Amino acid sequence: MDQQPVSFAALPVLRVTELCKSYGSLRAVDHVSFELRHGEIVGLLGPNGAGKTTTINMILGVLAPTSGAIRIAGIDLARQRSRALARTSFAAVYAALPGNLTVWQNLRVFGLIYGVRNLTRRIAELLAEFELEHLRDTKCGLLSSGEQTRVALAKAMLNRPELLLLDEPTASLDPSAAQRSRAHVRGLAREGGCGILWTSHNMYEVEEVCDRVLFLSHGKILLEGDPKGLPREHGARSLEELFIRLAREPLQAGAAP
Amino acid sequence: MKLRPVAGVALRQFYLMRGSPVRVLPMFAWVAIDIVLWGFITRYLNSITGSRINFVASLLGAVLMWDFFTRVMQGVTTAFLEDVWSRNFLNFFATPLAVSEYVVGLVLTSIATSLIGLAVMLVLATAVFGLPFFSMGVALVPFLLVLFLFGIALGILASALVLRLGPASEWMVWPLPALISPFVGVFYPLATLPLWMRVIARALPPSYVFEDMRAIVMGRAFTLQPLLVGIALAVLLIVLAAGFFVRVYRYAVRSGLLARYTAESVS
Repeated sequence: MDQQPVSFAALPVLRVTELCKSYGSLRAVDHVSFELRHGEIVGLLGPNGAGKTTTINMILGVLAPTSGAIRIAGIDLARQRSRALARTSFAAVYAALPGNLTVWQNLRVFGLIYGVRNLTRRIAELLAEFELEHLRDTKCGLLSSGEQTRVALAKAMLNRPELLLLDEPTASLDPSAAQRSRAHVRGLAREGGCGILWTSHNMYEVEEVCDRVLFLSHGKILLEGDPKGLPREHGARSLEELFIRLAREPLQAGAAP
Repeated sequence: MKLRPVAGVALRQFYLMRGSPVRVLPMFAWVAIDIVLWGFITRYLNSITGSRINFVASLLGAVLMWDFFTRVMQGVTTAFLEDVWSRNFLNFFATPLAVSEYVVGLVLTSIATSLIGLAVMLVLATAVFGLPFFSMGVALVPFLLVLFLFGIALGILASALVLRLGPASEWMVWPLPALISPFVGVFYPLATLPLWMRVIARALPPSYVFEDMRAIVMGRAFTLQPLLVGIALAVLLIVLAAGFFVRVYRYAVRSGLLARYTAESVS
């Protein structure tokens, strides 16, 4: 059932316009513009240092852009940070939840911060959905990587976000757990209408999950398109081959002007 | 400002303490040690001097008040450091949580922990050493209020310093109360100090508390006016400290410090 829901607003859930971030003379993100629609999963790809995490941090409001604009569900992040972030959530392998609180305590704390209504019921739903009920009273620091990822995803879904940012969410998972997480995320987009921005270095995963990909190198978007069609269009046998080529020779590989 | 996010920040600290005896114990242990130590010192002084000064009331009362102030400051700072130690800034500040809500959450935590400490101090000092603490009557309220407000201001300032200078600067903020204590006359009248120290003392709210407290112990009438100055100063310092914290937070967001805040990323 890959049908796109039709009832969602026509507005893109995320609109990034001419986004730049400079550190002195280094331009980490250089005039990046893109949109993300409800129910769409967009892969943000690129080699290490390409500017993926910098872009995500700016969308999360923890890093101020040097210039450019970010609108989440039509709300200007710079002007109405709290309103915009109330519709957003994220999970990242480098942002583990506090290990000294239990799964339930973490979900309760973040549920309050997001202002989730009927919080106890919502937590129970998520514990069941992510198969975490038996770990309810376990401290997050004692969980395996796969369990921590499921908790992070459960936390990310607390506020039923319109925009979900996932920075290498399956990086530390075994293939089986990674597959389950991907299926879950796909379900969130298809059934929940959540727009998802996904970064990963696993090109197989990107092909399987993403509707569209953006190739980022040296802070610029080089290519944009369908992950299955792009390799053919650029004379590569696979997305991975295209990725390697772009990472090594970004300008010769058909960079956008 | 929304109440639920504030409650979330405070609840995190409550959960941490509820499940951790090593966090709860210091709230009682150091307070108890201070009271017992100074209780016996004052009792000894009373027995050998034979003067009309009641050392229990003046010295032990001062220790109790100063400990309360230190607990308030540490309540804010420790709550903040819990987020530093667990690398929680990215999780917290990538949510709708406003920086003002975060700071108020820290202050709420400090109110709870310092009141528990105060209760332990009062029970011990009154029951074991006969501290006539409540003989100060209504004066006790503004005394504690000034120290509480100043503790909050110093706690917010210390947290801002750690946010700006990095987790390693933690060592720098713990001794702040000790650094201030010689100026505010915890155990001696301000007249004992040289002029330059007295000038600084007048800018520090606790100096008004300890001067007034000594006056009451010596049998003089309680005067509200100096305490009002102390309260006004403490409120002003809270506003300045909160402004400084917001400024540092904005710098951390602009520079990328907040997104990569670890001991290794900040010198």
